[in-house]
Amino acid sequence: MPFKRYVEVGRIALVNYGKDYGKLVVIVDVIDQNRALVDAPDMVRGQMNFKRLTLTDIKIDIKRVPNKKTLVAALEAADVKNKWESSSWGRKLIVQKKRASLNDFDRFKIMLAKIKKAGVVRQELAKLKKETTA
Amino acid sequence: MSYKFHQFQVVGRGLPTETDEHPKIYRMKLWATNEVRAKSKFWYFLRKLKKVKKSNGQMLAINEIFEKNPTTIKNYGIWLRYQSRTGYHNMYKEYRDTTLNGGIEQMYTEMASRHRVRHHCIQVIKTATIPAKLCKRESTKQFHNSKIKFPLVFKKVRPPTRKLKTTYKASRPNLFV
Repeated sequence: MPFKRYVEVGRIALVNYGKDYGKLVVIVDVIDQNRALVDAPDMVRGQMNFKRLTLTDIKIDIKRVPNKKTLVAALEAADVKNKWESSSWGRKLIVQKKRASLNDFDRFKIMLAKIKKAGVVRQELAKLKKETTA
Repeated sequence: MSYKFHQFQVVGRGLPTETDEHPKIYRMKLWATNEVRAKSKFWYFLRKLKKVKKSNGQMLAINEIFEKNPTTIKNYGIWLRYQSRTGYHNMYKEYRDTTLNGGIEQMYTEMASRHRVRHHCIQVIKTATIPAKLCKRESTKQFHNSKIKFPLVFKKVRPPTRKLKTTYKASRPNLFV
């Protein structure tokens, strides 16, 4: 199986460990085999070990080490935020975050909604069963 | 990023005497873990160069030197003198890092791992920021590529915090990216 996600200038990665956990960052340059220079609109450009990054499919078109303005403009132009939030991975993360931040009343509402949905599904199933046996 | 080794600028001179009212002032840039060690190292090196000791000298200034551009990647060349089990040797090593302190720390850890040299047996002679054309080592030159691209071949997924670490796992890990 060939590789599809490469470490390259402009690759978007997700931070999976440490202080900036959960952030989307852009690989702006490669320091050496284990570290990259990494930048995001809301953080100071810094180095990060590849062990802390998970590469995504998104790649933007920037030159090596752009200045902050160019970087933000390129991120806007490539519409990284929307692409991420509409991808299945991004959507899963949003749902996880939502679930972790529920309060008890929200969980109660979800319980009622689940029961309702299960009831509707069971009615349909009962109808189909009757049709096949009849 | 906290570094173990900090860079200090230490300035000192011998005490003024009747024969020498204004002794020459000497300045050194060195690496130490803290200021106290830096001052001690200063006197150690100065003793080897001039006839002056801490007891007949005075410290004029000690300042920590911070990296001017910690957001740019530079190639550092470090000349060092180290003591092995059989004698003293000089070495030149290159490192790619964002700060000089980071490069020096890489050097200390690499000397310890590759040559079993502890940090007190290493003396940094000189450091310099090398432009890409003048780098000598292939391992730094291979990153001088503006279109650098490589896949991450081995990907071990870690728990996002050390609290979620467990000794036993239900299934074997999937190491493909």
